[in-house]
Amino acid sequence: MTTDAIDSAQTPRHEEGTNYINAEYGLLSWLFTIDHKRIAILYMISVTALFFVGGIFALLLRLELMTPQGDLFTSDTYNKLFTLHGVVMIFFFLIPAVPSVLGNFILPLQLGARDLAFPKINLLSWYLYVIGALMGVVVMLLGGVDTGWTFYTPFSTTYSNTWVVPTVLAGFIAGFSSILTGLNFIVTIHKMRAPGLTWFRLPLMVWALYGTSLIQLLATPVLGIALLLIAVERLWQVGIFNPALGGDPILFQHLFWFYSHPAVYIMILPAMGVISEVIACFSRRKIFGYKFVAFSSLAIAFLGFLIWAHHLFVAGISVYSAMIFSFLTMFVAVPSAIKTFNWTSTLYKGSVSYEAPMLYALGFIGMFLIGGLTGLFLATLGIDIHVHDTYFVVAHFHYVMVGSVIMAYFAGIHYWWPKMTGRMYPEWWARLAALLVFVGFNLTFFPQFLLGYLGMPRRYHAYVPEFQVLNVMSTAGATILGAGYLLPLIYFVWALKYAPRASANPWGASGLEWHTPSPPTTHNFEDTPTVTWEAYDEKAWLKEAEKNV
Amino acid sequence: MSKKKTYEAEDFSHHVTSMGTYFAIFAALMVLTALTVWVAFQDFGSLNVPIAFAIATVKATVVVLFFMHVIHSPKMTAAILVGSIVFLGILFLLTFSDYLSRFWPMA
Amino acid sequence: MSEHADTAHPALRHHFDDLNQQHAAGTLGMWFFLVTEILFFGPLFFTYALFRSGSLDPSFQNAFIAASHHQNITLGLTNTIVLIASSLTVALGVYFAQTNKKKPLVLMLVLTLLCGVAFLVIKGIEYNQHFAHHLFPGQGFHWDGAPELARGGQMFYILYFCMTGLHAFHMVIGIGIFIYILMRAMRNDFSSDYYVPIEVSGLYWHFVDIVWIFLFPMLYLIDPASKH
Ligand SMILES: [Cu+2]
Repeated sequence: MTTDAIDSAQTPRHEEGTNYINAEYGLLSWLFTIDHKRIAILYMISVTALFFVGGIFALLLRLELMTPQGDLFTSDTYNKLFTLHGVVMIFFFLIPAVPSVLGNFILPLQLGARDLAFPKINLLSWYLYVIGALMGVVVMLLGGVDTGWTFYTPFSTTYSNTWVVPTVLAGFIAGFSSILTGLNFIVTIHKMRAPGLTWFRLPLMVWALYGTSLIQLLATPVLGIALLLIAVERLWQVGIFNPALGGDPILFQHLFWFYSHPAVYIMILPAMGVISEVIACFSRRKIFGYKFVAFSSLAIAFLGFLIWAHHLFVAGISVYSAMIFSFLTMFVAVPSAIKTFNWTSTLYKGSVSYEAPMLYALGFIGMFLIGGLTGLFLATLGIDIHVHDTYFVVAHFHYVMVGSVIMAYFAGIHYWWPKMTGRMYPEWWARLAALLVFVGFNLTFFPQFLLGYLGMPRRYHAYVPEFQVLNVMSTAGATILGAGYLLPLIYFVWALKYAPRASANPWGASGLEWHTPSPPTTHNFEDTPTVTWEAYDEKAWLKEAEKNV
Repeated sequence: MSKKKTYEAEDFSHHVTSMGTYFAIFAALMVLTALTVWVAFQDFGSLNVPIAFAIATVKATVVVLFFMHVIHSPKMTAAILVGSIVFLGILFLLTFSDYLSRFWPMA
Repeated sequence: MSEHADTAHPALRHHFDDLNQQHAAGTLGMWFFLVTEILFFGPLFFTYALFRSGSLDPSFQNAFIAASHHQNITLGLTNTIVLIASSLTVALGVYFAQTNKKKPLVLMLVLTLLCGVAFLVIKGIEYNQHFAHHLFPGQGFHWDGAPELARGGQMFYILYFCMTGLHAFHMVIGIGIFIYILMRAMRNDFSSDYYVPIEVSGLYWHFVDIVWIFLFPMLYLIDPASKH
């Protein structure tokens, strides 16, 4: 059976050189494509654009914070800047980045499938994303929104004079894009696995995407309704969340965080999936404790729903309830720690090499460790009351969402770049970028832990002068980080044309995606492969493949 | 090439429910609807809400099992349905844990 | 793909191996979509439970009773019956598709659409009455009952309009889907080996019906005999 797979990888029966990229030409062939690989590329282009938009807002925020006085922007403008930074980065970059770009491209390939279960819905999901993102851009052009990405009531419903309703509708639409992606993935994983590809032979990326999809389906609708209720309350001036009219502002926070805490796992779970793939590949070992890593993805997805009110400890919820949520939050540390330990154990006695994806993956482990452990600080009721709404919180979630998720996204983009484009990338530049990102990131956000612990509150455009040194360090770090993010943009565009062509499996990696040519043909597999090996254990196949090279 | 598939396609049932069953279910739903209205005009004290909710749940279950064919579907279908209700239950339970204890005295 | 090109059903999509896989995927997809729908309506039910239970403001218990007395039980009951009847016609539609009876199938789909439209017309009549009685929440809301129940009464109507509005929106989508299904049925697309689109659309329709089964007692039948 394995020889069939080699045939399809090494000797494509298609006309030589036909692949999903050159199968059709013209803008319309991309805008109306239902090929998951092309849709992934569409997502990649659009999330990259939005990433740099959100990044510009971040840079403006850091510029303002170089000096203690609020000299660059008014406080109103500053409020809009951090709101737009949050909205763009979370709803239009982090949520879709790993699943919709990498997952879209890789999932059917890893399953040995010809496409996702519902290719048209996949395209619809991209259009919904674009509509949501364009609405977000229109809001920016009209003058922005100043509620913070959390849209807390009653400020968002009663007092804010900015474009709240279009912004929440943009989030609502983007939410449906996310739901449809999750729906597509989960059905594909259930129904479209190649013969022999049992649940415990699946790559860990697939398990991670399964957990992610569950969260997308279960949590996103709750956000949708919470955002709709904001629009209702604002448009008709009623008081579901307004205490003056008998409503309850904390109700909004409950509904919002019922989504938005699990949403962190929509970002981090697929990122962990990427890390599992990269670590297995560049340690040349099976992932240590495969089943533990697989089930910990599901455990994280489930436990993520039990802990949302740790964001509400000082909002006025019941102390008893807060104690329950504080206690439950601790449990998420267990599956997260299982993953981290297993990755580290995989490295042990592995023959580790340090290509750029691996550098990002190692960076991820360190950043996730810091981000995760400081999360435990915040889960502890007493400490949270001290540091809530300070830069400690800002630093914590940036360590998780930027230090971990974006590092994993970059790890994945580098790792699968040869598969996606059929070209390598310049390794030396990529390693330099990984280093810049690591150094820049830590220089930006580590000082913020200190600032927060010293009591600097978040979301203000001015601060007392004794915080300036740490803030200048942070801004300097942000500049390096920005360079680290720009560099890949440049060399990836360069690589599209000038980098050497990639073979079907340039890393000697496992997984069915490497059994297709680089880049794959439109239908991925000439013949559906049959899987006879366990996950990350394809020595037989690899030996055969080497003989043919 | 092996024809064996791992995906759970054999889980798809082409069961045909008879017309008689559908009409019987419809009749049962009509009776339960009448019961819903009748019960509402009786006073069972604190049981009013649980009784109304129970009747609605029975009606919903009947629709799910027969009109939506869950009774002849793979177990997975029922699991999905129960699972989603469990997560909705988490939302109710943990959120009410806040509202119901909010005004308890502090120890 | 070439291996089944000779036997392929015209409705088989290229990325599936056979119709069985395609059907299993379609049905599972709709069930997972309904998961999302449950969690979409769910928070509104929670909000309703929160306010009606009086956990925040005990006066809301009586206010909800008083407010629901403005509801027209006859119209609500009629709509309940209309919707359950439409669920029956959808189920029978699946039956006639499975047994290759095209004419009864088309008849059932037409009846389903008529029921759906009838439901929306009746809902419109009700909304009209609420507007006429100034029960639409917001600036124009007018409460003629006990003044201390006015806030709770308005909250009832906020939830009433949100829940029935969202439900009616789902009905509109459902009608759109069934118009499409009807057109395909008239085009002879369906047969005993290819009827899953009807089944899947039916799952959605039944779900919307179930939502109404819960909304009816919640919004029309709160202690109708009491004197509040
Ligand atoms: Cu959280």
